[in-house]
Amino acid sequence: MANKRHPMLVRLWRDPVWRAVLFQVLLILAVVAMVAWVVNNTLSNLEHRGISTGFDFLSQSAGFGIIQTLVEYDESHTFGRTFLVGLLNTLLVSFLGVIFATILGFLIGVARLSSNWLLSKMASIYIEVFRNIPLLLQIFFWYFAVLGILPNPRQSISLFDSIFINVRGISLPWPELNAGMVTVAWVFMACLAAVLVLRFFMRSWLLKAQHQENKGQMVLYIKAAMASSVVLIPLVTSFLVDAQLRWEIPELKGFNFSGGLVLIPELAALWFALSIYTAAFIAEVVRSGIESVSKGQKEAAAALGLKPRRVLSLVVIPQAMRVIIPPLTNQYLNLIKNSSLATAIGYPDLVSVFAGTTLNQTGQAVEVIAMTMAVYLTISLTVSVLMNLYNRWASLVER
Amino acid sequence: MDKMVREVKDPASPVIRLNGVNKWYDNFHVLRDINLDVVRGEKIVICGPSGSGKSTLIRCINALEEHQEGQIIVDGTELTRDLKNIEKVRREVGMVFQQFNLFPHLTVLENCTLAPLWVRKTAKKAAEKTAMEYLERVRIPDQADKYPGQLSGGQQQRVAIARSLCMNPEIMLFDEPTSALDPEMIKEVLDVMIELANEGMTMLCVTHEMGFAKTVADRMIFMDQGQIVEEATPEVFFNNPKSERSRAFLGQILNH
Repeated sequence: MANKRHPMLVRLWRDPVWRAVLFQVLLILAVVAMVAWVVNNTLSNLEHRGISTGFDFLSQSAGFGIIQTLVEYDESHTFGRTFLVGLLNTLLVSFLGVIFATILGFLIGVARLSSNWLLSKMASIYIEVFRNIPLLLQIFFWYFAVLGILPNPRQSISLFDSIFINVRGISLPWPELNAGMVTVAWVFMACLAAVLVLRFFMRSWLLKAQHQENKGQMVLYIKAAMASSVVLIPLVTSFLVDAQLRWEIPELKGFNFSGGLVLIPELAALWFALSIYTAAFIAEVVRSGIESVSKGQKEAAAALGLKPRRVLSLVVIPQAMRVIIPPLTNQYLNLIKNSSLATAIGYPDLVSVFAGTTLNQTGQAVEVIAMTMAVYLTISLTVSVLMNLYNRWASLVER
Repeated sequence: MDKMVREVKDPASPVIRLNGVNKWYDNFHVLRDINLDVVRGEKIVICGPSGSGKSTLIRCINALEEHQEGQIIVDGTELTRDLKNIEKVRREVGMVFQQFNLFPHLTVLENCTLAPLWVRKTAKKAAEKTAMEYLERVRIPDQADKYPGQLSGGQQQRVAIARSLCMNPEIMLFDEPTSALDPEMIKEVLDVMIELANEGMTMLCVTHEMGFAKTVADRMIFMDQGQIVEEATPEVFFNNPKSERSRAFLGQILNH
C-alpha cells in the first residue's frame, strides 16, 4: 500500500470523511463557545446593573388596558395574560390576512394572465404599485388617509341599517348563540372531523371497492351515510337541547355604537394593508405557477370542449399548485412576521403589547424579547410544516 | 346560415369543408389557399416535410389555431370567432396529440370522464361505465386507477385515444400520434387506430407511418410549404406520385 509510506495524520487529513468530521467538530466547538460567551456576558451584565432575571414578572399585575382583547382582560390581569392577549391578536390579524391575501392574490394572478387586455393591464398595475411601496407606508395610508377621515359615529355610513362605518371602526351584526346552540355547533364540528378522518383512512379502500361489482352499491351507501350524518346528527341534537340563534345588530347609544362586532380601525387598516401588499406577491407566485403548466395541457383540455374557466380550474390550477405552494408558504410567513408592524399604528399585537408596553414596564428585556422571538419562530415553523404536508399530499396525487 | 343547416342534412355532403383557407404567423404564410372536403367516414392521411403546415392544418379544424382567411365548416358549423361555435365543434371533434397531453394529476379513469362530466353533463356512473368500455377497447382497463406517469408511452397514447372517444366524437384528428413513442410501442397504438378506422370513424391523421397509411387511408394528402401539393389514393400516391416534390419526399422516408 502506497499510503503506508505517509504518517497517519497525513493520511487522515487526505481522507475526505475524516476531514469532514474534523471540520464539523471544530464548528460545533466554535458555536458552543460563542453561545456560552453571550450567555455569560449577559448574565454578568444584568447582575452588574442589578436587574433580576427570571419569569416571575409574568404573574405580576399589568395595570394597563388593551383596546382589543379576544379573551377577558382588564388592568388587573397579569403580564402573562397580556402575553396571551397579544398573541391572540397577532394570530387573528395573521389569519384574516392570510385568507384575504390568498383570495385576492389568486384573483389578480389569474387576471394578470387574462386575454382581456384591460383586465391584465389593471392586474399588472396593481402588482407593480402595491409591491413597490413600503408596507409601513401602506399601513399608514389605510389608517390615517382612509379610515382616519371617516365621519364620527352619529354621521356613520350605514349599509342595510345593520353595518355602520365610522371613524371608531366598523360595526357588524354578530350571531349570539345560547348554550344549546354552542353544543350544536360543537357536535357539528365533531361530526365533520370524524367523517373527514374516516374518509381519509378509508380512501384507498373506497377507491378499490367502487369498481367491484358487488361492493359498488355498498360504497355509495357508505358515502351517503357519512354525508348525511354530518347534517342529521347536529339537527337531531338541536331538537334535544334548547338551541337558539339571534343576530345582534349594532345600535347607536350616546356617542358610539354598542352591540354586534366592532372591527377597530387599527385592525382594519393593518388587515387591509397586509393583505393587499402580500396579495401582490401572491399574484406573481400564482402567475408563475400557471405559466409553468405546459401549453399542451391547456390545448388538450380545450380540444375536449371544456370552457376556458373549466380548463383553468380543472386542469391548470391543480397542476400549478405544486409550483405555487413553496413560494406561497414564504408569503404567508412574510405576512405573519410583517404583522408586527402593528406597533406603528397601535394595534395591540404581541410586539406592541408585550415586546412594547410590557417590556417598558418590567424592564425584562431579555426574557420578553426571547419569548416574543420564540412565538414567531413557533408560528412560522408550524405554518411551514402544515404547508409542507399539504405540498407532499398535492405532489403525491400525481406521482 | 340557413343554407348551411340544410347542407348538413344531406348525407353525401362533406362533414368537413375547407374553402380557400389562409393563415399567417406574423409574416410567415403557413397555410396557402387550402381547399379540402372530407366526407363522413373518410380516412385521410396527411404527410409532408416538417414545417409544411400539416399540423397547423388539422389544428385549425378544431380551432386550436385561428385561420385568417377562408371558411372552415365542421359538421355544419362554421368556425368563426364565436366561442359557442368553437365549443360546439370541439365537442364533436376528438384530438390526439404527439405528446399525449394526459392530465397528470388525474387517474386514467378520471382523465376519461373529465370532459363527459363537465361538458356533456353525463352522470358520473354512466361516464365511468362508458370510460371503462373504451379503456377495454384500447386494451388497458386494468390501469384505470393508475396515474398517467405510471404508464408507458404506448399505454398513455392509448388512454389519450380512449379519452377522446369518451366524448363520442364524429371526427378524430391525430397529430403525429406515434412520433414520440419508442419503436416497440408504435404498433399497439396503430392497431387501435386501425380498429377505429374499420369501425367507420372519420379520421384525419398527420403521420409518417406509411404502412398505416397504405392500410387505412382512403386518400393521401401531401403538403409542402403550406400548400396541398398532391391528393391521391394511396396506390397512386405511393406507386406513381405526380409531383416532383412528393417523389423526393417519398424517396427520403421510404429508403432510410
